[in-house]
Amino acid sequence: MNWGSLDNFLAMGGNGLYVWGSYVMTAVLMLVEPLLAVRRRRHALREAQEEQES
Amino acid sequence: MGLTFYTFSSPPKFYALTGVLVPVCWAFAIVLTVIGLWIGFFVAPTDATQGEVYRVIFIHVPAAWMAMWLYLVMAFWAAIGWAFKARLASMVARATAPTGAIFAFLALWTGAFWGKPTWGTWWVWDARLTSTLILLFLYLGYIALVEAIDDPRRADQAGALLSIVGTVNVPIIYFSVKWWNTLHQGASVSLTAAPKMATTMLTAMLIMTLAFWAYSFAVIFTRARGIVLERERGTAWVNQLAGKGSRS
Repeated sequence: MNWGSLDNFLAMGGNGLYVWGSYVMTAVLMLVEPLLAVRRRRHALREAQEEQES
Repeated sequence: MGLTFYTFSSPPKFYALTGVLVPVCWAFAIVLTVIGLWIGFFVAPTDATQGEVYRVIFIHVPAAWMAMWLYLVMAFWAAIGWAFKARLASMVARATAPTGAIFAFLALWTGAFWGKPTWGTWWVWDARLTSTLILLFLYLGYIALVEAIDDPRRADQAGALLSIVGTVNVPIIYFSVKWWNTLHQGASVSLTAAPKMATTMLTAMLIMTLAFWAYSFAVIFTRARGIVLERERGTAWVNQLAGKGSRS
């Protein structure tokens, strides 16, 4: 598939809103979810350390 | 480190093993996503009837498949945790639920963004869409239930019961396009018939499915490690781990 130009690529044959609306939401959730999961583990480890020190 | 069936019943071994597996899963997820999207956007041709908007399929179908599959995974580990009093299995079930809920939501979201230009509507109360919405509610109900009960083991049992009963919804989603007259199109891919799509389109979709699978392993293991630390706090191995410093 050769799009010719970036504009054509972004336009997606006139359905850019629907294609990119799908991909952006997917990308946002699949970036935020791992960050929250990593934060939860770090938080749990810190809690365990604080408990040990006290 | 010897790997046996019991590795997955010991929280410290699980924690150590998944610590090694998570980066590998991330590497697979990223590489497969790049390849899948490249084929999906730069190799797969324009669809003869739908034009370019069909390219939503490369995330829509993998998200819908993972939402259904992760529900079965969650119910399986919840049931194991209940039947064999295996705490770790219950923790894995809990770790699976949010990821499944996100994929169920994404299946609905990307479906709406695909439906609007092709059907002229964001939403209809059709069997496939409605049963997928129920799947999302089952995930949210499970999460709300296990978070609402203070005693963790009682919460695990209640969650197991809910998730096992809800399993009946998964075949309903899968076969809904056969059993009822739905606006949603029939299966593009099945085990019994030749795929009804171009090979490059199918390749991109299957690679994206593997990418989502690797992603699910990575994020569910990461969340499970957090849950293990929360629930095992005060035990000798967590104290030892905490004593080593914050970077482990």
